[in-house]
Amino acid sequence: MPSTFDTVANIISETCDIPRDTIKPESHAINDLGIDSLDFLDIAFAIDKAFGIKMPLEQWTQEVNEGKAPAEQYFQLNNLCTRIDELVAAKGA
Amino acid sequence: MRIEYFQLIDRIVDLNLADKTIRTEARVPTASTIFEGHFPGFPLMPGVLLIEAMAQTSGWLVIGLTKFTRMPFFAALKQAKLRSFVTPGQGLALSARLLHEGSGFAMTTAEIRCENKLICNAEITFRMVEFPNAEFRASMEKMATLLEFPRGALVHG
Repeated sequence: MPSTFDTVANIISETCDIPRDTIKPESHAINDLGIDSLDFLDIAFAIDKAFGIKMPLEQWTQEVNEGKAPAEQYFQLNNLCTRIDELVAAKGA
Repeated sequence: MRIEYFQLIDRIVDLNLADKTIRTEARVPTASTIFEGHFPGFPLMPGVLLIEAMAQTSGWLVIGLTKFTRMPFFAALKQAKLRSFVTPGQGLALSARLLHEGSGFAMTTAEIRCENKLICNAEITFRMVEFPNAEFRASMEKMATLLEFPRGALVHG
């Protein structure tokens, strides 16, 4: 079974046509991979479907915009994968 | 259909919140300044307006599913196919189905048929935001009434 990171990285690679080997756990989706907010909707769609969750993008974006959380907390891939794992665990609880 | 006012559908025929589907209908006007340019001597309903008609149909579905709390704005279009010409006076049957409701966005698949023949279809992405202001919200409420938006579906959905 692929790891959360492998699944997310494959989704990003396929959705945004980014070479898979350039996508690292420490990559920042926006700053390093150049993914914009519209492309991120396609990624969110694929992640929601793959994991059976609904990523709270609105809440995350609001927290970042209001300075309550750094963007890295949600959009650096290793952190994003941790959030996904938390959502999957919460779904099964 | 009032093309000049960007009203591309005439009536909401059915809104099924359980199935996350909607059906609407529209009749292309027999005369419009748009047909004078598109095209002289060969009037055709512009494909971009057929896409807008699918977006409006999908948009009312999203408004219904979010119970009039969010306004969907057209954000992306995929797999759009314009399969046949549409000419003045033709009646159109439009439908849409929700593919996914994410956080702050929604995706639908929509199509238009004329005499049961598939005319066009596409997948559409919307950003969903709060209504920008009371005036805009009121205009949408007014349009909902005009289109016979089935408000009872919101109670029972």
